[in-house]
Amino acid sequence: MTRKAGIAVLVALLAAFPFAAGEFYVNLASQVFIFAIFAASINLLLGYGGLPSLGHASYLGVAAYASALLTLKAGLANWAAAPLALIGTTLMACFFGLIALRATGLGFLMLTLALSQVLWGTAYRWIALTEGDNGLRGINRPAPFGVSLDDASHFYYFALAVTLLALWLMARFVASPFGAALRGTRDQPRRMAALGHDVWMVRWLTFVYAGFWGAVSGLLFVYYHKYIHPISLSLANSAEGLLAVIAGGSGTLAGPVVGAAIVMILKNYVSAYVERWNMLLGFVFVAIVVFMPEGVVPGLKRLWQRSRSRA
Amino acid sequence: MATELALSVEGIDALYGESHVLHAVSLSLRPGTVLALLGRNGAGKTTCMSTIIGFLRPRAGTIRVFGEKISGLLPEAIARRGVGLVPQGRRVFPTLTVEENLKVAARPAPGGWTLEKVYALFSRLQERRAQHAGSLSGGEQQMLAIARALMGNPRVLLLDEPSEGLAPIIVAEVARTIARLKAEGQSIVLVEQNVKLALKLADDAVILNTGRIAFAGEAEALRRDETLITQQLGVH
Repeated sequence: MTRKAGIAVLVALLAAFPFAAGEFYVNLASQVFIFAIFAASINLLLGYGGLPSLGHASYLGVAAYASALLTLKAGLANWAAAPLALIGTTLMACFFGLIALRATGLGFLMLTLALSQVLWGTAYRWIALTEGDNGLRGINRPAPFGVSLDDASHFYYFALAVTLLALWLMARFVASPFGAALRGTRDQPRRMAALGHDVWMVRWLTFVYAGFWGAVSGLLFVYYHKYIHPISLSLANSAEGLLAVIAGGSGTLAGPVVGAAIVMILKNYVSAYVERWNMLLGFVFVAIVVFMPEGVVPGLKRLWQRSRSRA
Repeated sequence: MATELALSVEGIDALYGESHVLHAVSLSLRPGTVLALLGRNGAGKTTCMSTIIGFLRPRAGTIRVFGEKISGLLPEAIARRGVGLVPQGRRVFPTLTVEENLKVAARPAPGGWTLEKVYALFSRLQERRAQHAGSLSGGEQQMLAIARALMGNPRVLLLDEPSEGLAPIIVAEVARTIARLKAEGQSIVLVEQNVKLALKLADDAVILNTGRIAFAGEAEALRRDETLITQQLGVH
């Protein structure tokens, strides 16, 4: 009950935000939303499946490139390019899952990293298609129902709606019997097999689902920036997503969102004042891991419960 | 076949790497009865369970469930053919709730076990349905492990040391539960260190000694032969 009321208040506050804040902050919030979907999709694998992926930028980047190329080079409209980009990227996740899930743990991590490095290298070198280091520019934002998203607050509401839908569907996924089976394969894979579950299949379906949401974040990403560069496919991008999940609290629903906010605020806001913001990001992560190794969301919960039991 | 066995294990050999653990082990479980599998620590009882469920592939021999060959299949395929394992040490999913533990194991069958029926049998689990399984007591976890196996509606239930580490009053509850399942016609293989408990419930018994069959016959024969029990299983 209180949880539902809390979510309602939060959504109301987010809906009112563009009226109270300037354009810079509205744009910052849009970027937090996009990164929150990305981090939440990594959390499906890491937090609920126990599968640490270091190549999730592949799905963000490929969906973004696919959308950009389909509109710029094939001349498709956004409404036609978006589903094609999502389907194509999800099919890629189907295929990558076959390769990466030959292993778990560290092996899985290395395979996801290797696959994403192939894509990153391709984007850099296949200049005829991707324009390499120059990136692709001239991308237009879509205009759903005739409403242009070029306005900062319009885009904000669009991103907010997609993010709420995405987070809700991912929360439903985790809470479903399939989600319980997924958490079971994380805790005790052999036991799940003895109960008749195909552990590999549970992991693969989750991998594909996470890839799909990574692709959704990629579409929003390319609409927001109207530009795509190979750096979006890089190891650094995958690692930032992974760090957001770990910092916020993996295996929790709110953790990736909080982690995404921390990363994006440091990256975009603090970097305006501190030149070496990467160093600051590093310090913040070290502090989080030292003081709240389980992540900010479970860590604050623990402190809150302790202070209440003392009072 | 009128005399078809619920579970038949015929001359299986099993190895961990190079060490030979089971030598030509055979078991026969008649439908609706309890077969006690006894033996000292390290005799190969749990290995035998692991081989039946498919964690370990037998090097020789065949395993059948109601006539259907299951040896060589993957654990998930064996589970789907009706073998339910309650593992040694319970092994519930600690981060899932009680109800989620039951739901992930559900394999509905007409007239079979459902969430309601399982809760009727284990009312304590219903009280704790929203609690994380890791926060349950040992006895409750054992009940949950049994309930979880029942949710899969197994034709053959393998119970690996269900009384291990439990207080006597809980052991008695476990025994009552097993007796009730047997009365309902469930075919059960009961692995136990607690010989008294096992023989009270069993129709037939097998004693394993360092991976070989040392005795196979009616439980009644063992109950009357104190010397054999002492010789094979130590003092009880």
